[in-house]
Amino acid sequence: MRAVVSVIGKDMVGILAKVSTTVANANANVVEVTQSVLQEFFVMVMLIDISELNCELAELRQQLEEKVEGMKIQVMHEDIFKSMHRI
Amino acid sequence: MLNLGDILETITMIQEENLDIRTITMGISLLDCCDGNIDVSCEKIYKKIYKCSKDLVKTGDKIEQKYGIPIINKRISVTPIALLLGSSGGDPVKYARTLDQVAKDVGVNFIGGYSALVHKGFSPGDKELLESIPYALSETEYVCSSVNIGSTKSGINMDAVRIMGGVIKKTAELTKDRQCIGAAKLVVFCNAPEDNPFMAGAFHGPGEPDCVINVGVSGPGVVRSAIAKMNDDCDLTQIADVIKKTAFKITRMGQLVGTEASKMLGVPFGIVDLSLAPTPAIGDSVAHILEEIGLESCGACGTTAALAILNDAVKKGGVMASSNVGGLSGAFIPVTEDQGMVRAVQSGSLTIEKLEAMTAVCSVGLDMIVIPGDTNEDIIAGIIADEAAIGMINSKTTAVRVIPAIGKKAGDELEFGGLLGSGPVMEINNNSPSKMIRRGGRIPAPIQSLKN
Repeated sequence: MRAVVSVIGKDMVGILAKVSTTVANANANVVEVTQSVLQEFFVMVMLIDISELNCELAELRQQLEEKVEGMKIQVMHEDIFKSMHRI
Repeated sequence: MLNLGDILETITMIQEENLDIRTITMGISLLDCCDGNIDVSCEKIYKKIYKCSKDLVKTGDKIEQKYGIPIINKRISVTPIALLLGSSGGDPVKYARTLDQVAKDVGVNFIGGYSALVHKGFSPGDKELLESIPYALSETEYVCSSVNIGSTKSGINMDAVRIMGGVIKKTAELTKDRQCIGAAKLVVFCNAPEDNPFMAGAFHGPGEPDCVINVGVSGPGVVRSAIAKMNDDCDLTQIADVIKKTAFKITRMGQLVGTEASKMLGVPFGIVDLSLAPTPAIGDSVAHILEEIGLESCGACGTTAALAILNDAVKKGGVMASSNVGGLSGAFIPVTEDQGMVRAVQSGSLTIEKLEAMTAVCSVGLDMIVIPGDTNEDIIAGIIADEAAIGMINSKTTAVRVIPAIGKKAGDELEFGGLLGSGPVMEINNNSPSKMIRRGGRIPAPIQSLKN
């Protein structure tokens, strides 16, 4: 089971570090990360394995929002992307 | 790895373009709750609905969190109450109060099914239910009511049409202190679908299983934005293609949510209703889609054609995305719920006659239209008869949900708030159809009904 963490917002120091630490604390393994900065805007999409997750997805999102304030954060099960974009 | 573009597209759809699951509706059969004593019947109904739906809201919230997709409404539809009233007798409003209470207790937004199916005639309980609708809707908060007065197979029951003209008027009068809200929860149908998850017209048809989950998707904002991204030199075939692709994606999401909800609740999955349902939110408008296709304002000549393209493309895109498509499926044009429609009415571009023409090519009928409070009930019956005729002849669902604004005249406004929105009172033709309406009887089923 995998989920997609997306973080979008103004770039600042340490976003990736904070996000990966929080994800690690929730016992989720990072499978893949794509990250770029477009005109001061930070866009990161992280694929994580949540089979051993020690909390609910909603809780993980809440923790992430607390860690990196002011960013738009989504944590979504990967099935929604698979079902919408693949036949 | 998932495609980054796909991920960002989905997130943009949800965050910027108001993509959501409009409703998860649980259909519950009440046929086994019927009793000769209305109080016993009500008690059984409460118990059954509570037992089936107590986890509905919780489950919806869980799915919302898991997939990050907003699920706006959780609702219940039940067997048309007139079927129970036939054998229990008694004061039908007792049923409405029971439904209201259980809806409140399980936390759903609406409960639909204070309904009767009278397209060919009245059976015991039907007339009593019709006459009780104004009282039921004025006394309750969550109950929605619908009446099917015609079908392609059976024709139109004009006696019921006449009664409903008066019922709509009276419902508005009894709720005149609350913006005539009662009439916004009452729909008169021709060819009513038995598995429609959308309110106010949802009921659980007698041919449905004991308990079932139906899902209604939304997303006018997503479709509008997809068309906006196209070049001005794209032709209409290309526009239709883009709508199809977008509808496919939206419906896939509905299918996913429906399957998941049905698994979590242990209830069979019924259908996805792939309707574009507007909301008063900025950008979430069907009128704006039509304008994006290339109209100066919704209501302009060409509006019906644009809506026909939209309605058809939505179905074609959606039908492959779901294992079972049902309900109304198409584009909704509820005036007060759609910012673009309201603006078009205010500017004088959109009239009730144009809306009637539009209903011949979209999935519903004259929906959420505010009419002057002094409109004669026979005129309302005339509106119903016209809409039902369009539905009957074209073998499609049509409906009438008009709200007589008691004490107000054309140009004034009603403000419902929430998803029901607000809108101006529209002018209507006041020439009387009374003689025709009062003839009563049944309009015979059209030749299209003889398909066997």
